[in-house]
Amino acid sequence: MFKNFTGLQWKSFFRSSSFGKSLGIKIFMGFMAVYLAVSLIMSGIGAYFALKKIFPESGPFQIINRFLIYYFCLELFIRYFMQKLPVMDIKPFLILPIKKSSITHYILSRSAVSFYNFLSLFFFLPFCGVLLYKGFPVLNILGWLLGIIAIVLTINYINFLVNKSDKILIVVATIIGVFYALEYFDLVPITEYLGALFYRLYEQPYLVIIPIGLAIFVYWLNYEFLRTKLFLDATLENKTKEAQTSEMAWTRRFGKIAPFLQLDLKLIWRNKRTKTQVFISLAMILYGLIFYTMKDFGPTSAMLVFVGIFMTGIFLMNFGQFIPAWDSEYYGMMMSQNIPLRDYLESKAGLIYVSVVVMFLLSIPYVYFGWEALAINFACALYNLGVNVPVILFFGSMNKKRIDLAKSAMGNMQGASAAQFLVGIPLFGLPMILFVLISWLGSFQMAITFLALLGILGFAIRKPILDSITKIYAKKKYGMIAGFKEKNS
Amino acid sequence: MVHIENLTKKYGSKLVLNIQELNIPKGQSFGLVGNNGAGKTTLFSLLLDLIQPSTGHISNNEVRVDQSEEWKTFTSSFIDESFLIGYLTPEEYFYFIGELRNRNKADVNALLAQYKDFFHGEILGQKKYLRDLSKGNQKKAGIVASFIGDPEVVILDEPFANLDPSTQIRLKGIIKDLAARQGVTVLVSSHDLIHVTEVCERIVVLNKGEVVKDIETSTETLRELEAYFSENIAVAAASVENI
Repeated sequence: MFKNFTGLQWKSFFRSSSFGKSLGIKIFMGFMAVYLAVSLIMSGIGAYFALKKIFPESGPFQIINRFLIYYFCLELFIRYFMQKLPVMDIKPFLILPIKKSSITHYILSRSAVSFYNFLSLFFFLPFCGVLLYKGFPVLNILGWLLGIIAIVLTINYINFLVNKSDKILIVVATIIGVFYALEYFDLVPITEYLGALFYRLYEQPYLVIIPIGLAIFVYWLNYEFLRTKLFLDATLENKTKEAQTSEMAWTRRFGKIAPFLQLDLKLIWRNKRTKTQVFISLAMILYGLIFYTMKDFGPTSAMLVFVGIFMTGIFLMNFGQFIPAWDSEYYGMMMSQNIPLRDYLESKAGLIYVSVVVMFLLSIPYVYFGWEALAINFACALYNLGVNVPVILFFGSMNKKRIDLAKSAMGNMQGASAAQFLVGIPLFGLPMILFVLISWLGSFQMAITFLALLGILGFAIRKPILDSITKIYAKKKYGMIAGFKEKNS
Repeated sequence: MVHIENLTKKYGSKLVLNIQELNIPKGQSFGLVGNNGAGKTTLFSLLLDLIQPSTGHISNNEVRVDQSEEWKTFTSSFIDESFLIGYLTPEEYFYFIGELRNRNKADVNALLAQYKDFFHGEILGQKKYLRDLSKGNQKKAGIVASFIGDPEVVILDEPFANLDPSTQIRLKGIIKDLAARQGVTVLVSSHDLIHVTEVCERIVVLNKGEVVKDIETSTETLRELEAYFSENIAVAAASVENI
């Protein structure tokens, strides 16, 4: 049975129309993976010696144990945003003579061999190698390593629970928050306790059954959770919410783009995925705090340009990069209707303009970190308006992948995958390079002014730019229609 | 009204549609029948410029559909549920379509009032989004939406499928009325021979992308069509026996 499922997964990947595109991304990801693996192996080997140098008084192994919990939290955090549960479209299988339990087991065990799980092995295997070389007892190290692997798997499965249910997310976040607070206010030295716990794994290797038991328990939780979802009505039950209609008469003043603007606002507000993105975008205004509170960057670092572009343009990226795939479900209708494509795009652009302005207004308090912060954010907002909006609309014309807005709980919630970060290169890279170059040749003020001017220029000539982008969309129409029709790619 | 010339559509080396010439005059109710894979939906998609022809072209009221978008102002269609916007209520959807076709709310409401029977109280004022309606009700909404804005050409792909019997009968009346009294050119495809013969003045049979029959509907038509399609089965059976 597992072999059959694997075969189907393989086919759905190789036979999808976006195969060309996702292969490109896969190759890029492949490079990144190799790079990551090599650097992890190197640091796994080097960690022992480095730690010995930094903390000469205590053993490197103890230090590692103490930091393990931070590592695991970080891993859970990264997984939450990056990793998706491999879901097949299970509907056709439900009526076939396949046990539901084997469908569930397949979905779950497939995730056990995911890239993320190997990531930590790349570090811990060489690290254990060094320990053995240094004369640590084999059996104890083996027990410890097994324990780590079991915990990594536990995190793997916890992540799915967290991803599927907001309640569990809140529970997990609260636990981590409480632990952090206890540690921070010196109430209970949590990391020390946990470090000691991990060390016990080494001292008494038979204790490995505890993390293994934990992994099995979380697997079982996932199994129960998924297994009950393998019904048609389980995925349908929470669908029929009472419709809220609104006139949105205020959009009238935008003239001919008004109907599209209304449609877009309804699109965003009435679909879970787009709605979450609005909240994520608003929350991301805090992102800058990480950088501004770090002393390593001066007030004029290029990193802050990145932060500025990111904060004022987060909605631009999240929403913009999937234009026009948001409308993929009914793109055929749109294209057979009497729709001026330009108005359609203009409405999307207008929405993004508003988001950039709102995000800039929200970022004004950063002036607390000096006038440079305000200047950078303002310049970045202008740059986003003038340059990045057309850039993202242009990249949108390459979208061929359908987005199922009404996707049920079985589908993934995030949808943000590596592709999102690929688009980021021109969006972030260009302004950062320009900034570095000009502030090196001239001054900070000049660089900031240049970015702002570039934005103003782009905004001033937005009409002809939009015209030519419209032409590209018109030309790619047939490919988009065909691609958007393809479900489950 | 609709003029098709040397139209072919190939996917790879497979020819899925090949029509030398076909003219549909204004105000005709035109029926398209054929087995699966005969090219019905392909023809409609070409007519709506959703796919590109391999050779030839279609003109809709003297406008070449692959060169200009002018045809969109007087043509409307409902092909399948992908023509609906799932997160809108039916009313919002009708108003949106109305907006695109330069009809204000009052115009749309006036039109919807005519289809009160057809909706059978299941579409309007339900406080449901289109995505939460049943297949049949979605279809009703889509079909009526294609009547908004006084189109001169209406294209309906399999309009009778998924509809309940009463609605089928009402729809037949509506289509006949559109063509006969309002001079609208209606293009309908169907698997149901009885429905098309009742509704359409002219029926074209497609088989493997080619026009094999072009009939003015008469009392004999249904029998003729049934004979044609059962002959197909007989031929297929015979060729199996020969092997």
